[in-house]
Amino acid sequence: MCLGVPMQVVSIGDGNIIAEIDGVKKEASLMLLADEVKVGDFVIVHAGFAISKLDEEDAQETLRMMRDVFKPEDMA
Amino acid sequence: MNYQDEFRDRTVVLGFAARIRELVAGRTVPMTFMEVCGTHTMSIYQYGLRSLLPPQVRLISGPGCPVCVTPNGYVDRAVALCRLPGVTVATFGDMVRVPGSSSSLIEERAKGADVRIVYSPLDAVTLAAKNPDRKVVFLGVGFETTAPTIAGSILAAKQQGLTNYFVLAAHKTIPIPMEVLADDPELQVDGYLCPAHVSVVIGAAAYRFLAEERGVPCVVTGFEPVDVMQGVEMLVRQVVEGKPRVEIQYSRVVKREGNRKAQGVIAEVLTPFDAPWRGIGVIPGSGLRIADAYAEFDAEKAIPVEVEETREHAGCLCGEILKGKVSPFDCPLFGGACTPESPVGACMVSSEGTCAAAYKYGQ
Repeated sequence: MCLGVPMQVVSIGDGNIIAEIDGVKKEASLMLLADEVKVGDFVIVHAGFAISKLDEEDAQETLRMMRDVFKPEDMA
Repeated sequence: MNYQDEFRDRTVVLGFAARIRELVAGRTVPMTFMEVCGTHTMSIYQYGLRSLLPPQVRLISGPGCPVCVTPNGYVDRAVALCRLPGVTVATFGDMVRVPGSSSSLIEERAKGADVRIVYSPLDAVTLAAKNPDRKVVFLGVGFETTAPTIAGSILAAKQQGLTNYFVLAAHKTIPIPMEVLADDPELQVDGYLCPAHVSVVIGAAAYRFLAEERGVPCVVTGFEPVDVMQGVEMLVRQVVEGKPRVEIQYSRVVKREGNRKAQGVIAEVLTPFDAPWRGIGVIPGSGLRIADAYAEFDAEKAIPVEVEETREHAGCLCGEILKGKVSPFDCPLFGGACTPESPVGACMVSSEGTCAAAYKYGQ
């Protein structure tokens, strides 16, 4: 329920972003994020909202372990 | 996941286990730590982490699954709403199979009710915008990670001028029940593994009162096995040193102050109230209802409906399990009358539920 997935920002619109992970693209709102984001940044996405930024190394490490722990549908 | 990564993770996990054994060597008094996040529960069962710990260190599962702590009466109201003509109920997927007193949303959908599973509350707002002739009710269930996304959906609906989007709110906050369980004389909680993504929003500082006023060690922990074992090791160290404090194992993402913008959205749209928890009862100030300023979006106020009298499921120990007082294996229904395919209680429905994790991975 509280699972958030690190995703990479591929484009930025008006108050929202398109982010991608493992070939899956999702739209996410920036309403809950104070930080500026740019294309290429990593964010944690939960229920259609970016809730936190994180640096690439941390994102990759988290993802590597998540892919092992969770099924793709848990991460959707 | 390649072999090298797997080997490295296993080595690190076993390394923490060895360090924990060293720290408690010679201690006869056991220590009990509680995790209060469904994702931790899943990780602990899936990787059999309990089996790596010495007998002096016990892990118990608390009320970490928002679906599981939602009482039957809430499901009953959702069921009553979806039976109304012109009402669409939109929800995260794990709510649809939770049995209410006499029905569930998935049973109602089979009978023709319009029940939709959405990934984001914003999808429910879009549903309302595209179907102006229907009332769309989103089931607002979740802890502080999810609460700002649902509050945000209300702001989005207001901005779009929608009058047919509603939320049935049952959001819960986690620090107050942690205090209640720490004070419970029937329970021994010597430390908490604090949830990762809840803490992204509320910040690690939210647990300070537990450590400073109650002397309960707290470690904000990520949810991979390596994270959990390190979290346990940090808790053991705090107990051994006798210096309870709030530490952040999951420093990749969690900050002391949390996400202030998300906190602001919660404060704007939602307001604390005395919320009922399955198994624990009403905990003062532990829930978030829709603030009066946004009452037109509150399904409970805006869409009156007759709700059946709530009944609990005979023999189901979900409530006791949520408090960490008994294990799923102590429940007479576990694995027989109650399985993930045919669940009796909420703890078996959600994949984060303690019973579902215990059934799937066994211990």
